[in-house]
Amino acid sequence: MSFDNAYESLVDHEDAHWAFGTGFAEPLAGVDREIPDTLDARDLFEYCLMLGDDALVLSQRLAEWCSRGPELEEDVALANIALDLLGQARLLLTRAGEAEGAGRDEDALAYLRDERDFRNVHLAEIECGPFAGGDFATTVARLLVYSSWKVALYARLRSFADPVVAAIAAKGLKELAYHRDHAAQWVVRLGDGTPESHERMRAGVARVWPYLAELFTAHPVELRLGVDPAELAAEVDQVLDAVFAAAGLDRPDPVPAARVDGRAGRDGVHTEAMGYLLAELQHLHRSLPGATW
Amino acid sequence: MTVAARTALDVASRVRDPELPVLTLADLGVLRDVVVEDGRVLVTITPTYSGCPAVDEMGADLRRTLRAAGFARVEVRLSLSPAWTTDWITDDGLRKLAEAGIAPPSRIGPRAVGPVPLRLTPPASRVACPRCGSPRTVELSRFGSTACKALRRCADCAEPFEHVKEI
Repeated sequence: MSFDNAYESLVDHEDAHWAFGTGFAEPLAGVDREIPDTLDARDLFEYCLMLGDDALVLSQRLAEWCSRGPELEEDVALANIALDLLGQARLLLTRAGEAEGAGRDEDALAYLRDERDFRNVHLAEIECGPFAGGDFATTVARLLVYSSWKVALYARLRSFADPVVAAIAAKGLKELAYHRDHAAQWVVRLGDGTPESHERMRAGVARVWPYLAELFTAHPVELRLGVDPAELAAEVDQVLDAVFAAAGLDRPDPVPAARVDGRAGRDGVHTEAMGYLLAELQHLHRSLPGATW
Repeated sequence: MTVAARTALDVASRVRDPELPVLTLADLGVLRDVVVEDGRVLVTITPTYSGCPAVDEMGADLRRTLRAAGFARVEVRLSLSPAWTTDWITDDGLRKLAEAGIAPPSRIGPRAVGPVPLRLTPPASRVACPRCGSPRTVELSRFGSTACKALRRCADCAEPFEHVKEI
């Protein structure tokens, strides 16, 4: 049924609209939602948090570019990419809640956990622009590294033991490949552009480079689930080298960011930027629980 | 198929996509299943993109339309697998897009299983201008007004137009 104006359809309150809740009786129908016997439910919960938090936190970072993009088309592009990642995050956090079995849904996990309970890698949370500590070139450098890594991971997760995660990966893979190609084209355009754009692109790659090592460092949960991220490194290297070659950029030397007593994002140990990010992400829901608009 | 099931399918098939209203949900290929069980209609749809904000609207429109057609109990489910691709758009859907001035996607066929190859240059233009038919068109932006569309311009008639990009 169509409406005469957009407002009319928005004020139909029979469904939970917009802010919280999807209004779907079964958000993940069509795939078997039982936790497979071969998987430990607690490990699956932790792993879905890792994947979901990566997507949620980078989505939040990209959304900061809204109305600040270098051109209108890119503003729309970054918002669209953020939306894809948010969609992946919602599905993954919903699955995390199911695996945990404690009644927490996507909103409880996104809005009501504190910093130490987030499992995203540092690459997703660091400042890469539009605010201090980065610029657009840094943002596309991060997007290239993140999406190249996720494309390699999701391609493998299509055959993961949990059918829900496998379905989410198969769906998200096509989106991430598009994000990766978009970021790669910008890295080439800027790297192979003017001296100014080349220098800023080089600086952008240098800024995110220390966070690369964490992407390939296995957490015990990942090892128990048989998804060792170290196996992704060769494929990601190949993609990044191809982009750098086309962009006239040198691959920086590996200088991994320091870990805290051997721990990093997957253990809930985050950078200084994370608290500020969560404050902005969570404050509305915490100040006005259950708010809708 | 019972009369009720056939009616429910007919009604659900005519619900339009909120963002591409020239297409029905059936044309777009997101309507996966309509079943009537014990007087209750179970509709299964699939999202185009993981974060497609139109999915909630689709569910609400389906519930509303089926209730108006006399089905008191309607449940809409979301299915992720098999994942939607533009190949799910029907031939009729492709034709309706073109008629509405939106360049339809090309058919891609089954996807490769191995690593996804990097694409460093925009795909060679095989998108004809939906207004004048010229094959000389360029991509202006890889992301358009919605996640599923890119923005292009015709080099001959100079008109910008939208393209439902292949995914």
